[in-house]
Amino acid sequence: MDARRGSLPVPRVRQVGFFTPNAQPAPTRSQSGPPDSSSPPLSDSPASNSLSPVMIPPPRHHSDNLAAAPRPTSPLPVPEPSPFRRRGADNNNALLVGSYNPAETLLAMSPSSSHVGDGESEETMSGGWFRRSNSGKLASSLPSGTFDFSPVQSTAEALKPNKVQNPVGISVLNNTILAEVSARPAPKEQQPEAPSSSKQPKPKLTKAERRALQESQRAAKAAAKAVAAPEEVATIKSVKQHQTQKKDAPQVAVSVAASERKGGDKSQEKERRKDAPAPRMQFDDKSRVEKAKRRSVVDQTEAKKRVELFRHLPQYEHGTQLADLESKFLQLDPMHPAIYKVGLQYLAGDISGGNARCIAMLQAFQQVVKDYSTPPEKTLPRDLTAKISSYVSFFTQCRPLSMSMGNAIRFLKNRIAKLSPSLSESESKSSICTDIDRFINEKIVLADRVIVQHASSKVKDGDVLLVYGSSCVVEMVLLHSHELGKQFRVIVVDSRPKLEGKALLRRLVAKGVHCTYTHINAVSYVMHEVTKVFLGASSVLSNGTVYSRVGTACVAMVAHAFRVPVIICCEAYKFHERVQLDSICSNELGDPDAIGKVPGRMDVNYLNDVSNSGNLQLLNLMYDATPADYVSMIVTDYGMIPPTSVPVIVREYRRDHLLI
Amino acid sequence: MDFQVVVLAGGTSKELVPLVSKEVPKPLLPVANRPVLSYVLEQLELSNLKDLIVVVEGEDAALRVGGWISGAYVDRLHVEVAAVPEDVGTAGALRAIAHHLTANDILVVSGDLVSDVPPGAVAAAHRRHDAVVTTMLCSTPISGPAESGSAGAKDKIKKPKRFNIIGLDPTKQFLLYIASGAEVEKDLHIPKSILRAVGQMDIQADLMDAHLYAFKRAVLQEVLEQKPNFHSLRQDVLPYLVRTQLKSEILLNGTPQAEENGHEKFTSRGNQAIISQILANASTPRFHEVYESIHNGSPTAQRTHKCCAYIASNSKYCVRLNSIQAFSDINRDVIGEANHLSGYSFSAHNNIIHPSADLGSKTTVGPHCMLGEGSLMGDKCSVKRSVIGRHCRIGSNVKIVNSVVMDHVTLGDGCSIQGSIVCSNVQIQERVVLRDCQIGAGFVVSAGSEHKGESLARKEK
Repeated sequence: MDARRGSLPVPRVRQVGFFTPNAQPAPTRSQSGPPDSSSPPLSDSPASNSLSPVMIPPPRHHSDNLAAAPRPTSPLPVPEPSPFRRRGADNNNALLVGSYNPAETLLAMSPSSSHVGDGESEETMSGGWFRRSNSGKLASSLPSGTFDFSPVQSTAEALKPNKVQNPVGISVLNNTILAEVSARPAPKEQQPEAPSSSKQPKPKLTKAERRALQESQRAAKAAAKAVAAPEEVATIKSVKQHQTQKKDAPQVAVSVAASERKGGDKSQEKERRKDAPAPRMQFDDKSRVEKAKRRSVVDQTEAKKRVELFRHLPQYEHGTQLADLESKFLQLDPMHPAIYKVGLQYLAGDISGGNARCIAMLQAFQQVVKDYSTPPEKTLPRDLTAKISSYVSFFTQCRPLSMSMGNAIRFLKNRIAKLSPSLSESESKSSICTDIDRFINEKIVLADRVIVQHASSKVKDGDVLLVYGSSCVVEMVLLHSHELGKQFRVIVVDSRPKLEGKALLRRLVAKGVHCTYTHINAVSYVMHEVTKVFLGASSVLSNGTVYSRVGTACVAMVAHAFRVPVIICCEAYKFHERVQLDSICSNELGDPDAIGKVPGRMDVNYLNDVSNSGNLQLLNLMYDATPADYVSMIVTDYGMIPPTSVPVIVREYRRDHLLI
Repeated sequence: MDFQVVVLAGGTSKELVPLVSKEVPKPLLPVANRPVLSYVLEQLELSNLKDLIVVVEGEDAALRVGGWISGAYVDRLHVEVAAVPEDVGTAGALRAIAHHLTANDILVVSGDLVSDVPPGAVAAAHRRHDAVVTTMLCSTPISGPAESGSAGAKDKIKKPKRFNIIGLDPTKQFLLYIASGAEVEKDLHIPKSILRAVGQMDIQADLMDAHLYAFKRAVLQEVLEQKPNFHSLRQDVLPYLVRTQLKSEILLNGTPQAEENGHEKFTSRGNQAIISQILANASTPRFHEVYESIHNGSPTAQRTHKCCAYIASNSKYCVRLNSIQAFSDINRDVIGEANHLSGYSFSAHNNIIHPSADLGSKTTVGPHCMLGEGSLMGDKCSVKRSVIGRHCRIGSNVKIVNSVVMDHVTLGDGCSIQGSIVCSNVQIQERVVLRDCQIGAGFVVSAGSEHKGESLARKEK
């Protein structure tokens, strides 16, 4: 469509080009040559010095560059960093990372054989153990600081698949090895030090190398954190080898630790598998639905008329559920009142919005934990986890969980599982409560503050900002910018049937913001005067897709067509490693009758007589997926990132929230 | 679920005077041969509310009720029977037992409620809105034997019809105005502030307060303490709370607020404000919040409270036994259209005849009838839409239509009883014709007499 959209195919081509290394080398790749390698090469990499707000950890960035550097057959040879290229390069990095990350996380939860690269590495892991520890030995013998040994490891890793048992660099210092690594994919005559290393069949080599690079990044990251919390680091499955390599400590102790860690790793693996949500129930599978019904607390009558394409999504007759659930209020004995209240509020629609739902849920859990006492002959972590699972399934029956809530639940269960068994009951309870508090404060409240800081820096005087629906972060951004005294105008775009924008409009107007209110059908008319579009998100998926209130994709697309930047404000805890290409496979269905009604106008009921006939099926979708192409920037608590960098954050965050 | 239940069983009610007596206080009045209180208790038991406080007016009555409960529910419910002096009113009764109340929310049920509306529904609505008081409203029952076509009942209904005026918000969740029929003379006074806050008020006259309330304990105790002259929940406390919902006086004193804060402890005040802001913005604002934000500006100082209403659906049965008419209506309905309440299994003929009952030849018992154990009936009797209690002896050629005959009643030959209530131990001699009468316990109706629309009772000594 235009330049921005055109930029996306470029990285893909480059990736392909990666496999044919004998074309002319990229000129900028020379940054990792021997002389400057002692200083981390990221300093002169094009991406690192250009995109300052993107907070990608340095080691990773550097190696991304390494990986990205040898792309000689790319149709656009890499020139000096220009503003446009910068974006392309960045996309490239993120794509590379992203292409691995979901596979890896998926593998961590359910060993699927579809990801060949990971499967391979799993197989080689046991075989390559000794070899790796060998290289680890040599790495540890090197007089290197914490920072330097990441490249060393990467070389060791990279060299191993190439069957270079004793590379030249062993006795040499780090920098030569580093040079070797960076040199390998390049033509031989340019890098004469390690000519033997690039003898392998090309695709395998590149894959292995990319793998190695990634692992080296992880190792570097792990190294940074290992001192603080070594066992958490071990969660990333391939890190354990690096642990052995990296330590300057005596080798024996390290290997012991490693073996321990290996055991711990397995249990962790299992844990994660347990935490992983069960495969989503397909509601067109009759027998499963029957089973679920028998288990369910809420009596749900399945909607009779469902749109064919969305049969797999849960949909129940609206209106009956609330009354039914209310009447059972006192009969459901094991349910905690706080849980029940929140569930009712979900069901009645009293609470909506990702943050609010998540906070309400967490607070209810906090209440549960406070009132909890371990039954005799049970242990707190197990029993409480089971309890919380049952509450979660109750919430799901009230309203399907959002992905952010899923993340929060995963965090909570993780914390409970990690409780040290030596703690007394009251101690563990208070520790869980503080964990929940911290999650709310750090991941939601503080994150919102950071986002507001970042995003309001993008608001300039004279801007016309378009917002859609009602997102609490976007609202905070607007109000904060207004408080800063910036002169801007807001166009609130709204859509039926929920008309959530009205409440936002009311609050904005009350604060004195100059507003225009319109419905989504007029979005193309107002877009030409808009300078920026601010949108919220329910979740951001790791392919950069923004999963948000239905209509967001439409607004983003129109904005894109008008070349208006689309800025998504979303807390990082809402990021999810899932990849979704459309909004059909996973969505939520609202009350279909709501679209036939006009609030406040009882006389407008033109659809009533038609909807009773069998030929009309109403569809009220709640969410849609905005492709990453239409998103210019995502403002998150880790900074402002392009949508292609989401997987990085997802991975970082994953580890992060294990660490909390 | 942290609800405490108070059943206000009442004592010897004046409205039911020939029916109730020292021996049979109101809670023990038989409805389909079961004390009326058992309907409430069973409904509560179904809802898993097993710790109850039953408040009875008068020591004697309390003893009797306590005796019956301990016999009937000995291992099923944990019931405390509290006796309060007579004529203290519902508010007074609650005041008397206020120190027993500990739970966060109190469910107050009238003991004369015959209903199949789950109390949990009211409790859930109460919790969902975080209301101060939630009351159950049901559609006003069509009183009088409507389908029986009995001509004599007509003049019963003709008494000055008064409506309870209930104002609701458009979503029918909040109570904006309430006035019982007795107070409404000619005009209503609706404060302008509430109309301005809500924008639209639906006034309904077809709803009745079912006397099933959920209260916030702190608020209830405070109101009872501050307003010692409040006598009745329905007429004083509830209207007071509804009236003051926008300029709340009770909440200003801080007890409920302190409780709120106790619920949500956060490390930092600022964060708490943000969180509450997020939560508040996420939910559709009720008129209370809107009003507050306009008038106070600061959402922290809460000056409004919510009064919610739960409207029972029309398919549910919900009647209070508070008049003689209601008594016969309920008896009719419980074995008739609302027969799931009675707890008996009906025969193919849609009636219940205890196996030990003995029917003479050519005696017919029609549908919607009930015949208690050990009752004897002579020949050629006809029973229609009536309840006959235990161990009654009924002669030959007796017609019983639309009536309630309690236990140990003797009916002579050739009697005709229509639309009447005959209490326990009554002796009715031969060829007596009763129409729309109430016969008090132990009364003897002499042979051959005819009564119409009378209330006969033994003189109290």
